[in-house]
Parts: sequence; C-alpha cells; structure tokens
Amino acid sequence: MKKAINLSVNGVSHSDEVEPRMLLVHYLRDVLGLTGTHVGCETSLCGACTVMVDGQAVKSCTLFAVQADGAAITTIEGFAQNGQLHPVQEGFWEKHGLQCGYCTPGMIVTAAQLLDRNANPSREEICHGLDGNLCRCTGYQHIIEAVEYAAKKAAG
Amino acid sequence: MPDNYVGQRVKRTEDPRLIRGLAHYVDDIALPGTLHVAFVRSIYAHAKISNIDTSAAQTVPGVVAIYTGKDIAEKIGPVPCASALPELKVPDHRVLATNKVYFVGHPIAAVVATDRYAARDAVDLVMVDYEDLPVVTDVEEAAAGGPVIHENFSDNIAYKLTAGEGDIDAAFSAAERTVKQRILHRRLAPIAMEPRGVLARYFPGEEELTLWSSTQIPHLMRTQVALMIGIPENKLRVITPEVGGGFGSKLNVYAEEALLGWISMQLGKPVKWIETRRENIQATIHGRGQVGDIEVAFKNDGTITGLRYNVFADLGAYHQLLTPAIPTLTGLMLSGAYKIPAIQINITGCFTNKMATDAYRGAGRPEATYVVERALDLVAAELGVDPIEVRRKNFPKPEEFPFHTATGLDYDSGDYEAALDKAQQIAGYAQLREEQKKARAEGRLIGIGVSTYVEICALGPSQAMPAGGWESATVRIEPTGKVTILTGTSPHGQGQETSFAQIAADQLGVNLNDVTVIHGDTGVVQYGIGTFGSRATAVGGTAVYVAIQKLKEKANKIACHMLKTDASKVSFEGGKYSVQKAAAAAAGTSDPVVPVGEAPAGALPEPQTEGRSSLTIQEIALAAHIAKELPPDTEPGLSATYFFEPKNFTFPFGTHIAVVEVDRETGDIKFLRYVAVDDCGKVINPMLVDGQVHGGIVQSIGQALFEEVVYDEQGQLITGTLMDYALPRAAHIPEFELDRTETPSPVNPLGVKGVGEAGTIGATPAIVNAVVDALSPFGVRHLDMPIKPENVWRIINNDSRTV
Repeated sequence: MKKAINLSVNGVSHSDEVEPRMLLVHYLRDVLGLTGTHVGCETSLCGACTVMVDGQAVKSCTLFAVQADGAAITTIEGFAQNGQLHPVQEGFWEKHGLQCGYCTPGMIVTAAQLLDRNANPSREEICHGLDGNLCRCTGYQHIIEAVEYAAKKAAG
Repeated sequence: MPDNYVGQRVKRTEDPRLIRGLAHYVDDIALPGTLHVAFVRSIYAHAKISNIDTSAAQTVPGVVAIYTGKDIAEKIGPVPCASALPELKVPDHRVLATNKVYFVGHPIAAVVATDRYAARDAVDLVMVDYEDLPVVTDVEEAAAGGPVIHENFSDNIAYKLTAGEGDIDAAFSAAERTVKQRILHRRLAPIAMEPRGVLARYFPGEEELTLWSSTQIPHLMRTQVALMIGIPENKLRVITPEVGGGFGSKLNVYAEEALLGWISMQLGKPVKWIETRRENIQATIHGRGQVGDIEVAFKNDGTITGLRYNVFADLGAYHQLLTPAIPTLTGLMLSGAYKIPAIQINITGCFTNKMATDAYRGAGRPEATYVVERALDLVAAELGVDPIEVRRKNFPKPEEFPFHTATGLDYDSGDYEAALDKAQQIAGYAQLREEQKKARAEGRLIGIGVSTYVEICALGPSQAMPAGGWESATVRIEPTGKVTILTGTSPHGQGQETSFAQIAADQLGVNLNDVTVIHGDTGVVQYGIGTFGSRATAVGGTAVYVAIQKLKEKANKIACHMLKTDASKVSFEGGKYSVQKAAAAAAGTSDPVVPVGEAPAGALPEPQTEGRSSLTIQEIALAAHIAKELPPDTEPGLSATYFFEPKNFTFPFGTHIAVVEVDRETGDIKFLRYVAVDDCGKVINPMLVDGQVHGGIVQSIGQALFEEVVYDEQGQLITGTLMDYALPRAAHIPEFELDRTETPSPVNPLGVKGVGEAGTIGATPAIVNAVVDALSPFGVRHLDMPIKPENVWRIINNDSRTV
C-alpha cells in the first residue's frame, strides 16, 4: 500500500507515492536521483547518508521517506549556491579533507550543522561534533582543519 | 624541467565533483531496466547443505530468477588464487556453495528481482536445510589436526614455507642473550566506506559485457572474469567508476563479480548488486590473522645476531587472489631497519572456517614491522637501555646501501639515523623521558613508544609478482593542445588525477588544468596492473614520466622540421621549442606570443611557422594531427605509450613516536603526542602525502586499540556490524606532528618511493610500545592488540581474570 508524500528537496517540491518501508536515503537516491547521499552501513553508525531535514542533520538511512512528509530537505547537491561552494565545501577542498570522497557528503552536512550551532568551535568540539561520521581514509586531521577553515571563512 | 607543480601542495582536481555530491560510484549509475541481486548466505561456519527450497521465494512479486550453487556453480570457473607457492593446497572455490558451506557469509544462492527490496524479501524466504559439521576456528588447532575442513585434503595445512638467509641455528647457539615472545595479530576488517558493488550489462546483439565494479584492479579483473565466465576478454569491459576506498579489500576478484556478469548474460538485462555492511564484514577479505613466536639472539651490547619467526597464518576457508602470499611478505620484511646476519621465518598457513584473509593496507608487512619493533623493545628492556639505543646500534649506515638483508632483499636507499634524529628532535625525546620520570613519581602512567620502520613499496618487479609488476601509461596531446593521460593504475582516493597531472604539466610546460588523467576503464586504457602495494606513483607515475619523454622526442623532431633547423639548435623550456637566440638572430626569426588552445571552431588552423623562432608543444600537437608539415617518415599524431618495469622495489622508512597516558581509574588510553617523520623519497604533492600518512596512522590506532574481527567457537561472526566492530572516530585521534626526510630512490627517475601504507606499517608498534612502556611499572613487557581499557584496568588492578 503506497503512501503519498509531499516534500521539498533542495528547494524543489516533490509529490510521490512510496512504499511505507522505503528509506529516505533510497527515496533521495533511487526516486529523485540525488546520488550524492551515500549508504555506508545499515546501522546508522557511519553517517555517509547524512542530510539536513528541517535544518537538522539526520541520517537518512534511519528515516522512512514517509516520515519526511512535509519536510524541507537539503542534500549535498543543494549546498553550493549559484556556483558558489558552501564554506565547508571550500574547506574540504582547501585542506584536503577528503580522499575517496564517499563519507564526504555526510561529513560536510554534519560539519555545516556543527558550525550553525557553534560558529567558533574548539578542536575538541569539532571532534565531538563529527563523532557520528566515520572516515576510513583521511585520519580526520584534515577534516578537522577543513571545519576550522570554514569557521574562519564564515567569520570573515 | 623546472618544477612549477611537483613538490607543491596542489589542490586536488578530483575534489569539485566529490564535494558537490556529483561523482558516480557504482550504485550511483542507473541503467533502465536494471534488476537487483541479493544473496542467501550461510548462517553456519561449517555445514552440509541437505536441501534448498526456493519455492516460497519464487512467489515474491518482482522475483525474476533464483540461482543456487547446484544449478550453476559448475558453469562458472573457480574464484582465482594467483599465489603460486610450492605444494600449495588450493580448494575448489566455486562462486556459490555447492554441497557444503565453509564460513558464515558463504554465498549459497543469488536472488534476482526488479527492485532491491523485493530481492531482500525473497532471500528471507529461501529455505536452506543444514547439517552441522565440526567447526575449526583456531589456527593452531587447525594445524595440530582434528576435523579436516576440505575433505579432499589430508589436513588443514595449506602450505608450509621456510625462508631466510644466514646460519640461524648457529646464531642462537652462540647468542649471549635471547628473548622470545608470542604475538597475536588479530583479524581486521578493511571497511572501505563504500562497500563492494557490481553493475553488469550484457548486450546480446554485440555480445559485449560491461562490468562496473568497485575494484582496485580493473584489467586483472577483466582477464580473470573473462576466463571464469567464458567470454572473450576483448568482449568484456571493466569500468571502475568512483571507488570509495579499498585498502586492499578490492585488490581481488570475488565470486559476486563473475556471477553478476554471468547472470546479466543469462537474462540479457543489467543486474546490480551492492554489498551491505553486514555482507562486507562477512564476505569481503579480512587482513592480518597471524599467531607467531618471535625470537631474537643478541649480544650484551645490543647487537642483534639472529631473528626467527615461527608463524601460523589463519588463511580462512578458501584462497582469494593473494591469500597464501600475504604471510610470505611478512617473511621478506623481518630484517626491519636493521643489520641482522641470520633470519628465518617458518610459516604454517592453515584453513579455518572463516572468510579468507588477504591484502589489507600493508599486507603482511605490518605484521613483520610489528614483531620486529616489539622485539627490539624487548631487547632494550632485557638490557635495561633506552629502546632508541638498540635501534641506532643496529641500523645500516647510509653508505651501506644498496643494503642486502638476510631475507633476500636489496634496500634501495636510506638514512635511518636522519629520520630518527629528526623525530627525536621534534618530540623533544630527552625532555619527554624526564617528564615521564616526574609523572611516574606522581603516580601518572605515561608511556613513550618508538618505531623505526622500513617498508617495501612500489610492487614491484614482475619477477617477484604473480601477474606482472610493471605499470603502463599513454600520454597524448590532442589537436587543441589538451593533454590526456591514460594510466593503468586505478586510484580510489589517493589523488593521482592530480599528482600525475602535476608531473605532466611540469614536463610538458603546460597548465595543470590542461591535463586530464583517465583511469579505470579497460575499454579506454591500455592494459595495466592497478593500485596496491604503494605502487601507483613509483611505478605508474614513472610510466607517465617516461612516456612523456618519448612523446617529447617526437615533438622535438617535428619542432626542428617546422622551425627549419636541427636538433642541436633547439631547446625545450616553458612548454616551448625555441631556436637558440644566436641561431634565431642569424635566421631573422622572432618569438611572437600566440594564444594556445583558443582556436576557433571549424577547420583547425595550421600553426603559422613563417618567421617564428619558437613553437609551443601544443602547436606542435596540432601540426602533428593536421599532418601537412611533418618531417619525412613521421607518424601523424602526438602520443606515446610506455610500460615501466621497475628493477627493484623501493624501501621507504621513518620514525614514529607515540606518547600516551593511561588512566589509572578506567584503563583508558589517551594520546598526548604523535610525531611521525616519514621518508618516501621525492614528494610530488606534500598535501597528499600528509593525507596518506594521517589515514594510515589512524588505521593503526584502530588496530592497536579497537579493531578485531571476532568469531566465536562455533565460527559465528560476532562483530558483524559497525556496532560491534569498532573503528576510530574523530575524537580518538591526537593532533599529528608530521615531518619528512627525503632520500630519493635510485630505482626510478622520479626518485619516489611510495607512501600509501607507511602509516599502517610504522604506527602500530609505536602505539603498542607506548602503552607497554606506560604499564612497565607493573612488570608489563608485552600486550596483545587491541589493547582495550578493560585489559589495562585488569593489569593495573592485578586482576588475573581473562577477558
């Protein structure tokens, strides 16, 4: 029995009928074709699937699409505006905050929320804020530096 | 050539697509009409399959086909093992289990359905009847006898191998002192963030199969899969789109890759399988998995005279591509950074009812470095001297290179003291030891651990490799002046799209943005070997470099012809072939600035050479394609291909120093400092090198403190998700203090050595040595990994119960 959902993704409205068990991440990837959001585990531990749901960083493998009915979602594809990278995206590029890139969209979304909540975080606060996101390539140091870069950039 | 890009912290050209979520990994490729595959996998470690009932599963809406081992396994060739060791037992490894299952996760049946949810639903309805068989999980018990896993063999010993040079018995009988330690290397799960995945599409008319696979070795896979499923190799195209990490786990040819190709050929439709994380921990190769005794013979002054390692290697139930070969790499690196006249390794490789072990970042070498660096600390403890003193005592001097080891290698170049000096200086080693003394007096448990490692990289000369150790490159300059590089390496995060472009931009005198590096497509790129063994830059980068020199020879010839002069009067600099000033003045030619790569659309304008004293290499490329003004007997076009065969491996090295504090109350281990001085030869991009080192060290932190694939006595995998298999997170890491020394390798013209695995090789022993040092007041001389707070707490509280 499919359910109708209406939601906005990266500023675009979508109306679809989905199976109640369809995960939000599969809706974003398979129905909308927004494949920047990745799946890295099925136990909500890796954070590769993190997206913004009504301004909160949420692991989209832990939410059903029907639970996002009425929500405003931002995925990694919605972070750059008018060809301008988001400061966190810029930080990841400048500081070599990514290698294989698979965890990167989730990391960027989480880092953006971290900076929304705390514009000038300490290294410890950054590490704590990124604790729900796994990276196997970078060893995190360049990711932490990327977040520091973005914080500085946003502070002007 | 001047280095405008090489040696600089150039930002990666890969990144814009990755940070915007616009890159394509396998699962991001959507082909119309794609069917989805899910696997029924064994829930037992060892059992006979008495029946498989797929009738209920067939009724699930959307199910298209279900294949079981009995139906199809014989139609597809065995999963390949490329290791050729004397008298190696190789079990018949079919893509699906036929009569028996041999490990938890062993694939039994493949369900094909119209969407991934339906396929998973149907998997749950496939009824498999099992009859339990005795399970073998302990590697030493496997070697000792008991139930035999593969009934066509007489025992569970896959091979025995003894290697080494020097008179080891004499070394031990004449030894002034000896130490011996049993050491465990737990099984580790590589956990690339992107699990494995395959998309297969067969065109029945063209008889062409394309496999998109998350692999490190597209060409080797094409050859092997073609043989397995019986398609001509030139009708099979393997594409590695974006690959989300590998760490050796994708240096393999897996059952699923061949099976998906075969199913697509049966059904004439695209089929896709994306591994779940549970499957990834069950059925993607594991790393390490050794139990061994290290013995060292030494003199009272600390000179090491002999080293012996008797090791049992837990190979798992089947051989994957390189499974049996990994422990032999351990044997090669047992000399570490030291002059040891006699070395012997005795390997017993055993079958167990577990997933295969194979190459995980470092692949056999971290085990060697770990036992050697632990052993040196044991020697130091025995003699009551600083661990650094023992290390310095046994280093070969820079002038002793190439340095021959008793494991049969010739180390290319090295200055081990220089890296150690630098690390000691950055760490403030003497001061640290003073602080440690004071802290101990206050009851604080601070430990300092040192590792002076050597690793073997740039794998490698073909003589030493199972299927070719060279690497290939094609470099061409297109008519519009854009440079295309085709590399046989298959980068998946290392950044060679950038670093190879840096090499090419400098060598050709062009802008970095004019260079594109293409990799991972057997339909486009000439045959290559792939990315593993810290080889991409040292072997593949060298192929790029030499191909460019070949291309420039031809460009030079064309330039001379176009400039109407001879080679002795032309020089190449800044991307231009110029007639030397005196000659130009005599000829009355000049050097106007001509924009490059901005030709109007339509007919390509021929470069104007009249009165010119110089031409850019890009103008020459245009002329080479228009081909109206070429020297006689010159082929049109401007490209060159080179297959580079290295004469030796390379041997990077370095010193890592870890400083930890152990919490007396909780047993928790906290990093106070981490200093790493690595020498990977010449550096193309320091930012990428730092990234490789960071990532490697953190995987070492994982191995030393957290990670362990655990099977219980029944062979059940009890660390089957990321809830149970603990990976390092951002809060676990210290702020790394990195530096380098630079000792060029004489093995290749770039002087590079390789750095992909340095962190996982150098760091693990430094961390464990530090924790052991912290706990030495309790009489601790050795601890096995992972060192968990619970174990530490028991030591502090004198609690003898084992975990």
